[in-house]
Amino acid sequence: MIRVERVTKLYGAHAAVRDLDFSIAEGECVGFLGLNGAGKTTTLRILSCLVAPTSGSVKIRDIDAETSPHEIRKLIGFLPDTPPLYEEMRVGEYLKFAGRLRQMSAGAVRDRIPHVARTCGLEDVLDAPISSLSHGYKQRVGIAQAVIHEPALLILDEPIQGLDPVQIVEMRTMIRALRGQHTILLSSHILSEIAQTCDRILMLHEGRIAAQGTESELSGRFGESFQIRLEAAGSAEKVRAALASIEGLDIIEVRESADGCAATLRSVEDVRARLSQAVVGAGIGLLGLRAERSGLESIFLSLSRGHGGGAEPVGLDPVAPEATVKTAPLNFSGQSEETDADAHAFRQPRSSAPPSVAPAPEKEAEARHESDEGDVAGDDAIKH
Amino acid sequence: MKNIGLILSRELSSYLRTPSGYVIAACLLLVNGLLFNARAVGTGAKYSSEVLQQFLIDAGGTTMIAAVIFSMRMLAEERANGTRTLLFTSPVREAEIVLGKFLAALLFLSVITSLTIYLPALIFIRGKVSIGHIGAGYLGMFLLGAATLSIGMFASALVKNPFLAVLLAAVFVTTFELAWWVGQITDPPFKTFVSYVAPYMKHFHPFRRGLVQLSDIVFYATVIGVSLLASVRVLQSQRWQ
Repeated sequence: MIRVERVTKLYGAHAAVRDLDFSIAEGECVGFLGLNGAGKTTTLRILSCLVAPTSGSVKIRDIDAETSPHEIRKLIGFLPDTPPLYEEMRVGEYLKFAGRLRQMSAGAVRDRIPHVARTCGLEDVLDAPISSLSHGYKQRVGIAQAVIHEPALLILDEPIQGLDPVQIVEMRTMIRALRGQHTILLSSHILSEIAQTCDRILMLHEGRIAAQGTESELSGRFGESFQIRLEAAGSAEKVRAALASIEGLDIIEVRESADGCAATLRSVEDVRARLSQAVVGAGIGLLGLRAERSGLESIFLSLSRGHGGGAEPVGLDPVAPEATVKTAPLNFSGQSEETDADAHAFRQPRSSAPPSVAPAPEKEAEARHESDEGDVAGDDAIKH
Repeated sequence: MKNIGLILSRELSSYLRTPSGYVIAACLLLVNGLLFNARAVGTGAKYSSEVLQQFLIDAGGTTMIAAVIFSMRMLAEERANGTRTLLFTSPVREAEIVLGKFLAALLFLSVITSLTIYLPALIFIRGKVSIGHIGAGYLGMFLLGAATLSIGMFASALVKNPFLAVLLAAVFVTTFELAWWVGQITDPPFKTFVSYVAPYMKHFHPFRRGLVQLSDIVFYATVIGVSLLASVRVLQSQRWQ
């Protein structure tokens, strides 16, 4: 359905996205995951024909966005990070207006509104002025306007932004209900949200795709393993020899240290007991042994941290020390993340708080750029 | 055409549902009434046509000011509120957006301007003027208002802040009017050219005298056309760049 080839968007010298290459099949639900300023919003705006790429090609159902943006607009429903709502209108008439703008007949809109209202939980507020609604309801109205004309492609930019935990659960339920009816692209900087809602994840970092695949694929490729740190009072050579007998253990690095040596190891299961036996059995003093599970969240964190300098193209390095962090829900926004299918998860205390990754100053600038308004190309142009 | 109608009706309902439309209407009527009493009628004896001409001079000025204030309600407000994204991601042409908004503002301005008709009607109590003279004056006000709105639309397309849009529209309009004054101290042939661009000082005055000249109508139509076209081009450049 969507084919994006070598898309780059430059704002002056700064590349909001660079060499994006991906394709999305009809009916897929794909999540764009990345820190603020990673290029998520720019990517979605390019797909929505709000921002033209500097180079590269975007095709949706074989329609070229560069030559026929108007045709593509007929296929999409878009919810920007700030819902585009006319506050003085009532919900029902706003949806009618949105539907009519998308070339629906008056009768078709009239028939469609009850269905959309039911899906989005707006039945009770159809006659209410939008200005009187809570943030959560406004977000629902934003989604309702995006789906009113049954678009082939539904693009949701940070749909859970600013919602409280209960609203997030409701929003997730709503998005799940829309799956199968549309091809859905959504962006978030909250991994658990993407992981629970989408079929496939595209991790963006500094305007590039850092990784993509299903949650299990990504976990299989880069995660769901144990990263083990071992410190021993022996030479690196002796330690290597002692560890060689342990089946399923990857010796990533062994280096000399002041007390002897430190080893970074990896295994698909927890082999600490066998490790300690092997080391002690070889007559080497065991000074420390620590294993940590490496999951999808830590991969994301690794990608984000490991390439923080941003100069190099992203290449995944599964052995990078940063790949090991304690697993915990990752939330870069600092906002409540509740989530686990369902509501109970957010009430549970987290045993290990996620490292809160504050955007670097330059990232903050990008973030400001990206989050600016429901506004689009024009604003970007003014700023740059 | 359908999209123009949709945008027009939404805009018009917005004018009627928000306080700003009523505030502008009330201010226009109040100021026109006060000016009619103080300047047009005044204290001394006057011919009826003099009263009418003075009223049209004042009403033309207030119509221009109201039109400039409407600039904030056009494209800049959509941009500031983020609602422009809905229009930009819908299969709607830029020209349809501009025309829909322009026609809604013009319709609303025309309605509130026409509500001042009771003032010249008062002249008939103690005097007599030609209906044609009144008609010519209101036609002039309509064209002047439309031209000013179109200039305001262009200003509104350029900036995001609604108040900045008003300010920019005021600067554009004032510059055109100042050209007339500059023309008064300029030698020919520049005098003719420079004076010609003033929508109020040069082209509205024949209407207030009851004269409907094709050249003035063509001037206003040209200003409207060029300004709206420029607005469309600005939107196109912002929408998909």
